[in-house]
Amino acid sequence: MSEAAATSMAPSDGVTGLVDDWTADKQTYHVPWGKAMMWIFLVSDTFIFTCFLTGYLNVRMTTTQPWPPQSEIFALSFGGAPIPLILIAIMTFVLITSSGTMALAVNYGYRRDKFRTIMFICATAFFGATFVGMQVYEWSKLILEEGVRPWGNPFGAPQFGSVFFMVTGFHGLHVSAGVIYLLWVARRIWAGHYDKKGFEIVEIAGLYWHFVDLVWVFIFAFFYLL
Amino acid sequence: MAYVPLADQELELHHPHSWVTKYVWSQDHKVIAIQYGGTAIAVGLVALVLSLLMRMQLGFPETFDLIDPNSYYQSVTMHGMIMVIYLLTALFLGGFGNYLIPLMCGARDMVFPFMNMLSYWVYLVSVIILLASFFVGGGPTGAGWTLYPPQTSMAGTPGHDMGIVLMLLSLAVFIVAFTMGGLNYVVTVLQYRCRGLTMMRLPLAVWGIFVATVLGLFAFPALLVAAIMMLFDTLLGTSFFMPAVIESGTALDYDGGSPILFQHLFWFFGHPEVYIVALPAFGLVSDVLSTHARKNIFGYRMMVWAIIAIGLLSFIVWAHHMYVSGMHPYFGFFFATTTLIIAVPTALKVYNWVLTLWEGDIRMNAPMYFAIGFIFTFIHGGLTGLFLGNVVIDLPLSDTYFVVAHFHMVMGVSPILVLFAALYHWFPKMSGRMYHEGMAKLHFWCTFLGTYAIYLPMHYLGIHGVPRRYYALGTTEFMVPATQDANTAITIAALFVGISQLLFFINVFWSLRNGEKADPNPWGANTLEWQTPDTPPIHGNWGDKLPTVYRWAYDYSVPGAHEDFIPQNTPESVEPTVDEEHFDPDQDQSKADL
Repeated sequence: MSEAAATSMAPSDGVTGLVDDWTADKQTYHVPWGKAMMWIFLVSDTFIFTCFLTGYLNVRMTTTQPWPPQSEIFALSFGGAPIPLILIAIMTFVLITSSGTMALAVNYGYRRDKFRTIMFICATAFFGATFVGMQVYEWSKLILEEGVRPWGNPFGAPQFGSVFFMVTGFHGLHVSAGVIYLLWVARRIWAGHYDKKGFEIVEIAGLYWHFVDLVWVFIFAFFYLL
Repeated sequence: MAYVPLADQELELHHPHSWVTKYVWSQDHKVIAIQYGGTAIAVGLVALVLSLLMRMQLGFPETFDLIDPNSYYQSVTMHGMIMVIYLLTALFLGGFGNYLIPLMCGARDMVFPFMNMLSYWVYLVSVIILLASFFVGGGPTGAGWTLYPPQTSMAGTPGHDMGIVLMLLSLAVFIVAFTMGGLNYVVTVLQYRCRGLTMMRLPLAVWGIFVATVLGLFAFPALLVAAIMMLFDTLLGTSFFMPAVIESGTALDYDGGSPILFQHLFWFFGHPEVYIVALPAFGLVSDVLSTHARKNIFGYRMMVWAIIAIGLLSFIVWAHHMYVSGMHPYFGFFFATTTLIIAVPTALKVYNWVLTLWEGDIRMNAPMYFAIGFIFTFIHGGLTGLFLGNVVIDLPLSDTYFVVAHFHMVMGVSPILVLFAALYHWFPKMSGRMYHEGMAKLHFWCTFLGTYAIYLPMHYLGIHGVPRRYYALGTTEFMVPATQDANTAITIAALFVGISQLLFFINVFWSLRNGEKADPNPWGANTLEWQTPDTPPIHGNWGDKLPTVYRWAYDYSVPGAHEDFIPQNTPESVEPTVDEEHFDPDQDQSKADL
């Protein structure tokens, strides 16, 4: 690429820059293919979760029985008084924290600080695994103690259990897959796979991880709070 | 680190070492394309046989004892599902997408060949699961290809136990396969184009496949969710789609679900699916028409924007499939309006195809026969779409043979004519041999006239109110006495068309052995896939050096040029540039530098 061409193609800021970028009919866009692929996959995955949540809102309207009181069902007692949604709040906190450690990992990745990158990726994976662990606790409590089943529950509308297991299960699978993905990336960094290629893979994995967090925020808002 | 475009990077290609890695577990997009295509056509033949069984029953009731009412419904369901998803989607995107995208973009392969390979094998698994449902107790599901609840899970429906489970499972697996392939197609088009090949120089075939794949990536999620929820309903007894139902006097264990929710999810996928099939067909046929008419495609930019506009609009028309399901009347008004708006870019494309032919130096080769045939069938099917898009006209025509005739013309016959056009057009490149021209033309006339003989009478049956999906019509007052005669005639035509497809297979297998050796560029086409150093192209496609593109794909019959075509990789210094109308030369120069 000649110097002159590079300056003439340098992006300007703001809305003008955005418009220039999208209308320039470029030969190729300035993004690694892996990142582009992850973004498109995530948009596709967004459609999946949107359909799940719209489906949930729809059956909540059509069901003939009252919707169970989530804040009471998901309450835990510490020293007598039940605190509503406390476990979910902790889970949310853990997951949001993991987004922070992921961002640090991306930062250290681009600084080529392999040790800290791996450390923060592992921390992220640890928080993710903790989240899944707490979800397992939540599931087993609901199944074993409260008698909630996908096809029915003692509190009211049977769709409550169906939606709960389906949506949190699907999200939990995403988190579990993310943990495995992160550990795999960490191992490959350790083995020196990206020393020559660069550490974009950390950002790509980060995109996925932040997405999974963001989805949780919506599940939290729509399923637990609404 | 500075960003280096893929076309300028040294890429490690996966090099096959044995026969198995070369032709079975291959990561070469061309081999994967042929695997996809072969599997899709094979499973499509199953669907063809099913349709002939149904036609035998309808044409000669009480003569043959081939199928009973249950297997009639199973045939309806499997025929529809296989044709729409496992044949058309897989062949257009998995087959032609895989074959043409890297070649037309001047790339060595897809960006992620391993995932591309995985996509095929997962697709094969989905096909096997689907076909397995023929062999389980109760047989495949007979709920109709739309799988509407609650009847999918009711005891009266054939295949309500295992059949529907396998169908849903197969769909979910197919979506996984499609996602893996689709991500590859989209990113390859965006990021793996060779030097000089800007988006607005891409052949329309790539544009069609590209936009269709984007549609698929955003539409299939709705089907996946619907399939998962219905699997839960069937296997776990949840009530997502099942309201409280009483079956033979006993109340089932369902309560409070919404069957309409399924319809919304299904058609949010289902309508874009129509364009997932149609847009690649639009793209491929544009290239075939332009090449064989020796004329540039009329209104290239308009064609691109029409493809994009159709793609966007296709997401906001889905409920026109549900006019009789019970909706707020204003919804019908909204969806009828958006539906009719789609006719604008679509009609624009048809005009442009016709204007491409106008005063062209048309070569009547077999691909051109099929391409022109497509324009006829597509206009025909498109016009009946205008009827059905209007709520008031749709209500009486709903669930009659008019609907059957409409969608078979527009998304059955039309895409299949394009498929044959494309198969004949690219056969010399794929196999290195020419097909038999006479046999191909005979195949065209049998298919084209035969399908008209099938579907034209169906419109009349529909207007007379003959309902679809009936195993036997019997005698009713509103049906004219000639209904049965028409059905018999349709069946004879269908058998004729079905059998005449053998011509295609005979032609392919005969030509693979005995066909003339094909020229690298037998049609004098401009696009990059005809400029490969080897025919058929070998792994890596381009030898040592990737091509560089200097012009758009449609420089045909340029005044002053040496020949009546200028390949895309011919520099301006060798042949004149004529596309000033579309490309500002100054701006162009700056991009060549980039």
